[in-house]
Amino acid sequence: MMDSFGWPGVEFLFRGFMWTIGLSVITFLAGAFFGLLFALGRALGPRWLRFAIGGYIQLVQATPLLIVVFLAFYGLSFVGLYFPPLAAAAISLTVYATAFLADIWRGCIEAVPRTQWEAADSLALSRMQRLRYVILPQAFRIALGPTVGFMVQIVKNTSVTALIGFVELTRAGQLLNNMTFQPFHVFLTVAVMYFAACYPLSLSSETLKERKSASSTH
Amino acid sequence: MPALRIEKLRKSYGALPVLKGIDLSVENGDVVAIIGRSGSGKSTMLRCINGLEPFQEGSIEVAGHRVEGSSSRLRELRKEVGMVFQGYNLFPHLNVADNITLAPRVVKGVPRAECDALVQQVLSRVGLEEKAGAYPDELSGGQQQRVAIARSLAMKPKVMLFDEVTSALDPELTGEVLKTIAELAEAGMTMVLVTHEMSFARRVATRTVFMHEGRVWEEGLSETFFSSPQTPELQSFIAPNLN
Amino acid sequence: MAYQMNFTPVLARAPELVEGTINTVFLSAQSIAIGVTIGLAIALIRVDGPKWAAAAGATYVEAFRNTPLLVQLFLIFFGLPYMGVRLSANTAAILAISLNLGAYSTEIFRAGLLAIPRTQIEAGLALGLSRLQVMRYVIIVPALRIIYPALTGQLTLTLLGSSMASAISATELTLAAAKIESQTFRSLETFLIAAAIYIALTFVFRAIYWLIGLWLFRRKAPPAPVLVPLLERQPEARI
Repeated sequence: MMDSFGWPGVEFLFRGFMWTIGLSVITFLAGAFFGLLFALGRALGPRWLRFAIGGYIQLVQATPLLIVVFLAFYGLSFVGLYFPPLAAAAISLTVYATAFLADIWRGCIEAVPRTQWEAADSLALSRMQRLRYVILPQAFRIALGPTVGFMVQIVKNTSVTALIGFVELTRAGQLLNNMTFQPFHVFLTVAVMYFAACYPLSLSSETLKERKSASSTH
Repeated sequence: MPALRIEKLRKSYGALPVLKGIDLSVENGDVVAIIGRSGSGKSTMLRCINGLEPFQEGSIEVAGHRVEGSSSRLRELRKEVGMVFQGYNLFPHLNVADNITLAPRVVKGVPRAECDALVQQVLSRVGLEEKAGAYPDELSGGQQQRVAIARSLAMKPKVMLFDEVTSALDPELTGEVLKTIAELAEAGMTMVLVTHEMSFARRVATRTVFMHEGRVWEEGLSETFFSSPQTPELQSFIAPNLN
Repeated sequence: MAYQMNFTPVLARAPELVEGTINTVFLSAQSIAIGVTIGLAIALIRVDGPKWAAAAGATYVEAFRNTPLLVQLFLIFFGLPYMGVRLSANTAAILAISLNLGAYSTEIFRAGLLAIPRTQIEAGLALGLSRLQVMRYVIIVPALRIIYPALTGQLTLTLLGSSMASAISATELTLAAAKIESQTFRSLETFLIAAAIYIALTFVFRAIYWLIGLWLFRRKAPPAPVLVPLLERQPEARI
């Protein structure tokens, strides 16, 4: 149907690109939800919880994303749960993003100086009030730059799901290449599309980090 | 009943004793200055008074609350005991007015409608009425410390604790903060100040306490305390400071 | 339905797993050596080089940091033959992973170089050292110490990222695992074992980085330790 790479090919890739964006958004939202819970538990929870979350982060950060994706897709389907590629992709990417976001945000919570806890403490704020009004707003500002920076990783990580057959941008590129045999054009276009999604995020991440370091010199 | 009573207070960090049996009593309206070398335990003792530091032995009773037990009991105490820190510790993400009203609003439930008046009232006591909208990083160190005092005043404390509040300031900025504290003293606020400012202690404090090696080494009325020190340790401590 | 875990058919293929592990170690080690060299060179160019070269370096960094490694692998392995360059899968994998790491480590090295106070450079120049000597003797080691955690973190990501080379059939652990999986149908067991091997590898690599760090930053200056007075050999005397 498509024997050379032209405008229809670009359209085909663009549909894959929309799936890349969609999967990235799902991963970020789910990863942010669990990541925040884990970060709070890791920074402030009882010892056993900190230990458990720390272990989770250590293990996930020492496993290739590709293996996590394979475990979700092939492995779990044998246990009797069949995961369609989208579900396997979203779950494994979320498992991964949760570990990294939890680690990033724990660092941000711990970067708020101890003296801020003490000041809030001596104004009689409860633990939840201290978190809500004093610590988390400051941690949030510290976290903005690194978080946007990690969104770039999420977008790029979605490419791995091509290898379990989820048709996002990279898989669309593989399929198109099989039809047209023009790998250079196809994968260069694919790369340009990823770049278009990631570069603005990278830039704003840098700006946010600089703004934070500029304001902290006051 | 005294505003503050400390009995046989002992604290150690691991095997290292910091406070070796402190007894101290402060009456309502007293202004007590605590002096001593660094490492003498004076800041640690002050932080024990509002429960920021746990201690192993002895008892502290302040503004009618015993320092002990659950965090909710400590919060009841902290509603009535203000604390001002060496590093100001203002909340950098909140402007001056929000720094001041945060605790009254969320801890005491003061309605928003009353907050403006509260802000103006406490800021006028520290002479910064026009700074309500400023952020901490737009203020000088002296102004930040006065805001920190105003923030503490907004909780209408019965006792205020000052932990070396001028030590982080440039010399030309300490005057404005000391003046604010002196005015609070005149208005009858009960205060305990850890300080390095000897002449200020002599002038403003009703009583002065000299701490040495984790103990109350010597104490007395400020007028006589500096002019006739009893122990050689106090004599050598104040000799370079007072002529 | 209850699933019975059975590792036996996978463990029977242990020689292939061992071979895959060794290949992964070599693939990663080669990519790390080349990638870190690229990163250091381009960081120096970006900080201290001519304008056009610095701009070219920045373009390279942004291009590789803002596209997936998997696409870089495909472009180099499938795309380069179009330009007359035909590489084996293993060579293409080393090239792609090195270039990827090179881009990330450029930024890490650059941050380290910029973190060294100007006064250190001035002090070195004032002593009559050349710019290159200042770089070599005054800046590199303290800069490396500042960025060491970030750099070793990136190297760990490179080790894990090497698993993607299986997508172009480069011989390494994930490819070995995928082959075993397709022949034994023991998917969960196979990939659990692969995950365990990667986790073990990660901790071994981290231990090596830690030892290298000890050697780089704590050890006494190598020449003639006996002749140097003991006082001068305190750790804080070293940079």
